[in-house]
Amino acid sequence: MRVVLAEDLFLLRDGLVRLLEAYDFEIAAAVDNGPELTRALLSLKPDVAVVDVRLPPTFTDEGLQAALHARSEIPGLPVLVLSQHVEQLYARELLADGSGGVGYLLKDRVFDADQFIDGVRRVAAGGTAMDPQVISQLLVHKARDEPLGDLTPREREVLALMAEGRSNIAIAERLVVTERAIAKHTSNIFLKLDLPPSDDDNRRVLAVLAYLGSS
Amino acid sequence: MKALRTTAVMAVRGLVMAVLGICASLALFIVSVVAIALSAAGVGLVLVPLVTLAVRAYANLRRRLAHEWFGTEIKEPYAPAPAFQGNLIGLLKRYRWIMTDSATWRDLLWLFCDATAGFALGVLAFSIPYYGPYGWVLAAGVWRPIVHAGGTEWFTFVPIRDQQTATLAGLLGCVYLALGVWLTPKIMGWHSQMTATALRPTRERELELRVARLTETRSDALDTQAAELRRIERDLHDGAQARLVAMGMSLGTIEHLLERDPEKAKILLAEARESSTKALTELRDLVRGIHPPVLAERGLGDAVRALALASPLTTEVSVEIPGRLEAAVESAAFFAVSEIFTNAAKHSGAQRVWLDLRHEDGMLRIVITDDGSGSADPSRGSGLRGIERRLGTFDGVLAVNSPAGGPTIVTMELPCVLTAPQR
Repeated sequence: MRVVLAEDLFLLRDGLVRLLEAYDFEIAAAVDNGPELTRALLSLKPDVAVVDVRLPPTFTDEGLQAALHARSEIPGLPVLVLSQHVEQLYARELLADGSGGVGYLLKDRVFDADQFIDGVRRVAAGGTAMDPQVISQLLVHKARDEPLGDLTPREREVLALMAEGRSNIAIAERLVVTERAIAKHTSNIFLKLDLPPSDDDNRRVLAVLAYLGSS
Repeated sequence: MKALRTTAVMAVRGLVMAVLGICASLALFIVSVVAIALSAAGVGLVLVPLVTLAVRAYANLRRRLAHEWFGTEIKEPYAPAPAFQGNLIGLLKRYRWIMTDSATWRDLLWLFCDATAGFALGVLAFSIPYYGPYGWVLAAGVWRPIVHAGGTEWFTFVPIRDQQTATLAGLLGCVYLALGVWLTPKIMGWHSQMTATALRPTRERELELRVARLTETRSDALDTQAAELRRIERDLHDGAQARLVAMGMSLGTIEHLLERDPEKAKILLAEARESSTKALTELRDLVRGIHPPVLAERGLGDAVRALALASPLTTEVSVEIPGRLEAAVESAAFFAVSEIFTNAAKHSGAQRVWLDLRHEDGMLRIVITDDGSGSADPSRGSGLRGIERRLGTFDGVLAVNSPAGGPTIVTMELPCVLTAPQR
């Protein structure tokens, strides 16, 4: 699997390269600034990109902008965004095109290599990997009169785990119930959120999008 | 029609000015002169401060009227009062404070001008336009009883004896009215010009007051900054720093245990990793408190949007800031909004909040409205006072309108320059 990596701090970039190589990823390019990232994404068309939000030259949200731009050129280009902090605002922007293949994680998640790599693979396969912190930010909106209002507490719980990018099997394990029970919950969620029948992955992305309140 | 209405209003205001001039101004002028003259007799020591306070209250009323009625803004020029002392020395200090303040003498001069020239201008402004309709009233038939009673009414240079001359007076009235429409606003302009010249602070006093204000806000700014640094120091010391020490110790122990007790070492390793995650979380929270990342990356508009998203209240945000603001202003504005947000959620019981941010005429204007229970009072809550002080550093102001029962409207204004958008 070919990866484009963008991270401006040498130590972190080096660490990520070694980590990804240890898990048999091929590093197509490892860059340290926004313009180079945009070029690499558009010309190399990697299977997945791992991108730091804040990059030179402006040290603002250069990385995020480059990722969004590349995704507008190459729809569905899988991008996993890493940051020192997570913002619901950015998560919504990343998910807004509804085409999936998006991850948004805190940099500390790299500490747990297995889980991190799992996230990268999920994103590469067109799924999502939202940081639990983005999800927990959402939980403050308990009593909002949005489409989510119809969901039962259990369904919300399932949706939150879905947003993190977990599969039905993983959710079932986490909540200690059978996979069939989870499948029932997910189809209820899709129904209540009024999502058109399509392949499961795409519906999951749309459900997450609704969850983030931007649909 | 609009010109007529303006003239009518201006003329009435002119009359009010004339009455105030000949009654209040003249009376206060005479009382002031007498009080000062009595200083030699000692009674003035008590009398002068009392009379001066009355004069200042009256002058301030007139400053307000000049602003509300004639759109001329006049600042207060008085030197700050000395601390109160209830003895003879205090009395002398007060007397000295008043007698050495040039504004006292300028006030006195103004009282005289207002009672004479001001009175005359006010009378003119009123009588010119209203003389016109008087001519019409005569022409309409009121001349008859006057002539029958044997009197001769002169309308300016027209002696009225019959309908013909009365009609002439009516026509002349039209000229007066036209003259009034043209002249009355001008006269009242001169009037407020005179008031402004006499009542505004001299250039020197203006600078003095500005220096006093800057000294105050500077010390506020330094205090806030020092408090912030102390808080950051304490947070680092008790948080991330302590965790790193703990991690270092764990790593030392792990090194020692690695061969003898690998199982125990494994447990300690997991703990060390936990510690590093917690240290990062704490550092992240600390960074948010110093300068929120979204603010650095996207500017005030998106930072406030992110804030609204994280708030438990239902919020509507509208932002019209074409570009980035100065970093310091951006940060001050953000933390002010953040604090008002927290207040609304915590104390007011509000469900919805509306936020409006815009940059117009070199001024950042923020209006925050909530549907809570109201009764927010900046003089009581230390939170709002703190915001006011911090905005003061940037010459910004805070206004709170919060009647009991709500809604609460908080308005902030900060002068600042817009830089070009980065992208």
